[in-house]
Amino acid sequence: MAYEPVLTKFVNEPNSYTLDFYLKHQRGYEGLRKALTLQPNDLIEQVKASGLRGRGGAGFPTGMKWQFVLKDTPKPKYICCNADESEPGTFKDHVLMERNPHLLIEGCAISCYAIGAKVAYIYIRGEFFHVQEILEAEIDKAYKAGYLGKNILGSGFDCDVYVHRGAGAYEAGEETALIESLEGKRAQPRIKPPFPAVAGLYQCPTAVNNVETLCNVPLIVMNGAEWFSSIGPEKNGGPKLFCISGHVKRPGVYEASMHTTLRELIYEQAGGMIDERPLKAVIPGGSSVPILLPEQLDTPASFDHIQKAGSLLGSAGLIVMNDSVCMVWLAMNLLHFYRHESCGKCTPCREGSDWLFKLLRRVEAGEGQPKDLDLLFGVSNNIVGKTLCAFGDAAATPVLTTMKLFRHEYEAHVREGRCTLPASWRAEHPIFAAH
Amino acid sequence: MDYAPARFHASARKLAEQGGDFAYTPENQAKFDAVVQRYPADQRKSAILYALYLAQGQQGYLSPAAMSHVAHHIRCTAAEVEDVVSYYTMFFTKPVGKYVINVCRTLSCALLGAERVTEQLSEVLGIAPGETDPTGTFTLLEVECLGACDRGPVLMINDTDWHERLAPENVRTFVDDLRTRGVGALTGCHLHKEGGKT
Ligand SMILES: Cc1cc2nc3c(=O)[nH]c(=O)nc-3n(C[C@H](O)[C@H](O)[C@H](O)COP(=O)(O)O)c2cc1C
Ligand code: SF4
Ligand code: FES
Repeated sequence: MAYEPVLTKFVNEPNSYTLDFYLKHQRGYEGLRKALTLQPNDLIEQVKASGLRGRGGAGFPTGMKWQFVLKDTPKPKYICCNADESEPGTFKDHVLMERNPHLLIEGCAISCYAIGAKVAYIYIRGEFFHVQEILEAEIDKAYKAGYLGKNILGSGFDCDVYVHRGAGAYEAGEETALIESLEGKRAQPRIKPPFPAVAGLYQCPTAVNNVETLCNVPLIVMNGAEWFSSIGPEKNGGPKLFCISGHVKRPGVYEASMHTTLRELIYEQAGGMIDERPLKAVIPGGSSVPILLPEQLDTPASFDHIQKAGSLLGSAGLIVMNDSVCMVWLAMNLLHFYRHESCGKCTPCREGSDWLFKLLRRVEAGEGQPKDLDLLFGVSNNIVGKTLCAFGDAAATPVLTTMKLFRHEYEAHVREGRCTLPASWRAEHPIFAAH
Repeated sequence: MDYAPARFHASARKLAEQGGDFAYTPENQAKFDAVVQRYPADQRKSAILYALYLAQGQQGYLSPAAMSHVAHHIRCTAAEVEDVVSYYTMFFTKPVGKYVINVCRTLSCALLGAERVTEQLSEVLGIAPGETDPTGTFTLLEVECLGACDRGPVLMINDTDWHERLAPENVRTFVDDLRTRGVGALTGCHLHKEGGKT
């Protein structure tokens, strides 16, 4: 059965981002109109019944998260939309905000109503200025048309949506670091508990949700929980965006159900491998998750199936690599990222990521010694599970996964004093020009 | 005896370059006053990133005077402002070129040749990553994933404009174009174009 996109069906149409287009082609703001006739609690129940799981990385059930938001409190409540999108290999929220911004705006308004908030802040990464311009212009139109602001659609419900621009920090995507950043501080995580649902933004009850998560909310309200959960495997319902990058012919964002296998995503949607070279490895969920091998490509790309296969769906950023890629180089490239982005709050992550990078650089340059490999393993294991936020585990993952699956490449670097992939392959591929 | 050999102390407090006096233009002042309203009255600090962008837009970088000015408006200390400035990568505490070229170096872009793009830019501009050319036209920087990995290698020019799919062999033409046509030479974000927006 052919899958019919609902989140991104129109993203390539001219003017798909405008309010007029949204109203005409996407039953725009019908979800909000309907939501405002329901009790907030019923809305939360509906989202729970749909089984919607967070699209930001952890896959936590959204309805449950909303239910945890403290009710009996005189304090205001907040929705923080996580539009930081900085996980390497991830670019789906980018498309949603740029080409279908009203879906997010409507999602923010409905979510505010559900948890009893009056303000949603969309925390967008500083580099997405071109996206922010569109989003703010469209928010403006939504205000003028009465979908935001005071007494929305005559219901008595007030809601403001603001865009808040970050300034270059991967760690600002971690939910409590995002809140800190929104409060005007360094983007460093807080100790949990208390969780944001109890004491989040300005110490008030807060729900932090990813862009794609919130975009699904109007669809659930409009089409029902059953419709949503019927798309995809059990507990992995709903439309899903996959970001495919690397050595494929047609990199891009593809919408599919989570029944779809990695093979279908890579070879059908993304057109297969460049020059038909063999696939060596795929990282299925952004840079933070373990590598999967060619023999695992028939795994459906759902949260649970990918986890069973030994990795994580994470942000659904598939990074596809062919046989020319050196796995020591890969780990070094990613550790450069983690070392740079560590917020520095905990020692194992701050020092460990730097140490790992230096070790990898040495091994990659052919100057490593056998004991460096044990050290890489030891340092990684001294980061995992010993840090304040999930960043630490993520930083150790590229090393642990490449050492587990491709230890022979590390050993060859040490033994031969150089990369042993055939030089002819390297010459063809730009990354190895300086190898 | 040397108590602090450099090899044990790699980190150093980076001081901002002194500039002249600083105050927002009336236009920027008005923008700040509007945006600060988006946050609860006792949470002015939330507007700090916005305030810093305004100051940086006006002056090109953030001098101690600019940071003090921001502190005054946010009603916090200058040290708190410096704390924030030093954390985020998009703020500069020294003058930068007219065009700050940020090349994404993370995995997906690197798989498509980002490292060679940087090498070429370095050669054509005659500066290493991190440097500004003597005429003050270009600053070359390497940055981490920009969130458009399907269009690698991706570049961000200043903090507003994008260029996508820059092949290493096209770097020379790209730089010439940027010199003569300014940001008009950039591809922008592909979604704008394919989606039919200018
Ligand atoms: C280091 C780190 C970076 C993260 N970056 C992002 C991000 O860029 N975007 C995002 O939506 N979630 C990110 N997350 C996940 C958030 O912490 C949080 O789980 C998510 O925003 C919750 O939304 P969801 O339930 O809708 O998925 C990150 C988490 C960590 C630990
Ligand atoms: S694990 Fe790393 S990123 Fe997370 S709080 Fe600790 S130092 Fe910061
Ligand atoms: S890796 Fe370059 S934009 Fe993501």
